[in-house]
Amino acid sequence: MAKLTVQDLKKIKEDATKSIYLRGEKGNIRVIIHMGTCGIAAGAREVMTALMEEMAQNDYSHIRVMASGCMGLCSSEPNVTVEIEEQSPIVYQHVNANKMRQIFKRHVLMGEVQTDFALAKM
Amino acid sequence: MKKIRTQLMLCGGTGCHSSGSLAFREALEQEIVKRGLSEEVKIIETGCNGFCAVGPVMLVQPEGIFYQKLKPEDVPLLVEEHLLKGRPVKKLMYVEPASAQTIPKMNDIPFFSKQMFRVMRNKGVIDPEIIDEYIARDGYFGVAKALTEMTPEQIIHEVKVSGLRGRGGAGFPAGLKWEFASKSQSDIKYVLCNADEGDPGAFMDRSVLEADPHAVLEGMIIAARAINAHQGYIYCRTEYPLAIHRLTIAIRQAREYGLLGKNILGSGFDFDIEIYEGAGAFVCGEETALMRSIEGRRGMPRPRPPFPAQKGLWEKPTILNNVETLANIAQIITNGGEWYASVGTAGSKGTKVFALSGDVNNIGLVEVPMGTTLRTLIFDIGGGIPNKKKFKGVQLGGPSGGCVPEHLLDTPVDYEEIAKVGAIMGSGGVIVMDENTCMVDMARFFLDFIQDESCGKCTPCREGTRRFLEILKRICNGQGEPSDIDTLEEMAIVIKNASLCGLGQTAPNPVLSTLRYFKDEYYAHIIEKRCPAKRCVALLKFEVNPDMCTKCGACFRACPADAIIWKKKEIASIDKEKCIKCLTCFEKCKFDAIF
Ligand SMILES: Cc1cc2nc3c(=O)[nH]c(=O)nc-3n(C[C@H](O)[C@H](O)[C@H](O)COP(=O)(O)O)c2cc1C
Repeated sequence: MAKLTVQDLKKIKEDATKSIYLRGEKGNIRVIIHMGTCGIAAGAREVMTALMEEMAQNDYSHIRVMASGCMGLCSSEPNVTVEIEEQSPIVYQHVNANKMRQIFKRHVLMGEVQTDFALAKM
Repeated sequence: MKKIRTQLMLCGGTGCHSSGSLAFREALEQEIVKRGLSEEVKIIETGCNGFCAVGPVMLVQPEGIFYQKLKPEDVPLLVEEHLLKGRPVKKLMYVEPASAQTIPKMNDIPFFSKQMFRVMRNKGVIDPEIIDEYIARDGYFGVAKALTEMTPEQIIHEVKVSGLRGRGGAGFPAGLKWEFASKSQSDIKYVLCNADEGDPGAFMDRSVLEADPHAVLEGMIIAARAINAHQGYIYCRTEYPLAIHRLTIAIRQAREYGLLGKNILGSGFDFDIEIYEGAGAFVCGEETALMRSIEGRRGMPRPRPPFPAQKGLWEKPTILNNVETLANIAQIITNGGEWYASVGTAGSKGTKVFALSGDVNNIGLVEVPMGTTLRTLIFDIGGGIPNKKKFKGVQLGGPSGGCVPEHLLDTPVDYEEIAKVGAIMGSGGVIVMDENTCMVDMARFFLDFIQDESCGKCTPCREGTRRFLEILKRICNGQGEPSDIDTLEEMAIVIKNASLCGLGQTAPNPVLSTLRYFKDEYYAHIIEKRCPAKRCVALLKFEVNPDMCTKCGACFRACPADAIIWKKKEIASIDKEKCIKCLTCFEKCKFDAIF
């Protein structure tokens, strides 16, 4: 291992910060997959898998993925909520793996709400 | 590779290890693999979380959900519900004893929300065995600044401005100590870290070392730069294997990165650290004895002056600081002395870590701003006294300290204010005592410890503590005489004034402070031959008062020796042949009927 300089120290900090970002107070985008029994029965696992694959494509340390419980809208599961800082959260319904990829690329990354699948603004 | 979405911050402090976190971890790992979550969910073992009372504990991030008292049997439910379905499991969460309310998020639990984390800012946040995680939290940036942007004078100035005082007990200003050592002329100087932590009931330093070992190394490097030392030692007691393990890893990683060794960060400054394992004598925590011990000699104190800043280890100028003192240093350098001093009271700046133990609900490790009252510490953060018992007193500063009674609970945590009421801040041990504690017996306990640990070098301490203990034992055995109190008070002055080191100088404190606030208990023992708290076995009859017995049978069910004779709707009695005087029945009887 080469001896560090102050520059190297800064570089390590940058890299390592990514691996502990989940533990921080803030992340400015949250994608929540509602994984109640109903959601899982309707295919929420596949949605989660698709999302995690997208997440692995790049360094998205500002985006946090969370699994949460059923929203009470079992008939429209799988549901996914996208929360972008300072905007109202958007709930998507009947999401599948492909829709998830589209939501991720268009809404989460580019900010375009995919009104076709959106259930409501919250 | 997939991206980790959830991190499970499982406490790996000694407290949680002993309450079963390792078995839980194993079960959790297996279940995560079984459910195919190993690419999304990661277990991180952290240092002590502080809330040892409800261990093993785990924090689920990013949600911030806090789980307590985890057992391997809980694993399938936890994984199924929380990790798979995203439904936090209520029955594994913390329940506030007073309101019976379940509190899911760690930061909403009063135990955590009234604290302020500086020394413990990384606890439960980083993996202490991975240096990069420490660096991610600004680790070693204090060293970078001190070595490449500051002169030794500026470092010392910043520490002086911070107002930081030694956390090992005496509260000596850290900046001043460094200044003395920096002015001593010598090619060879040493920086030592005191991780001996000998006070019974204290575990602050252990937890800091387990949770954030690099913070202590960083403090030592900065100290070394300030006085121009090139070698450091950490004197850690052998009884702290996990702390030593993590320190060893930390030192190795720091060396690999060139943060220890020659030419640190290309600054031209050299410094290295070794661990010295102490064999666990209380007196070896005293600075001059500690240095003798590192030299390979018998750990005994010597008179001062000369002070270690002039002649310390191997007669070379040396500074010795406590673990917690050193853990504050990097933040003082990174954020400035003024930042540090913005919290606290006029004479006591920053935060202080306390180890809460004894008769208190939330046994554990807490960090509060200086100036917080003892009441907040014990009742808001500590959750008060268990089993609906009444508070009686709190012992601060371990065997060198004193007790504080109920009516002085609004005393703030401040070196001078605590000294005024007859206790000391000490290193941070807080032993809470409920109404069932006998204060004479408590003083006897500490004197027993002190007498045992007295190194024997000076007569006032060696003989004085022995005579002291004899008198206290007599009083507890019902053979006390009225003149004993005067003798105790007189001898206390001699022991305090004539002893060589802090051990003897503070030895009478537990007696003096209980005499100050609980003298009537001494008189009850001596004159009435009665122990009001019903703790001193020799003064108890082990009989049942028929007028007070409610025939409930609680004593009968609790007795481990089958010595209680009781039938439904009948008054209990005790078979003295069988009775082993364990006091269980006294504790169980809600009606004070056994005497
Ligand atoms: C009998 C005795 C035991 C001590 N034990 C410890 C100890 O375990 N840990 C500690 O940090 N200081 C202990 N001290 C205090 C040290 O002598 C010394 O004051 C302290 O380590 C200096 O560091 P600080 O200025 O950072 O507090 C003890 C003192 C005495 C008299």
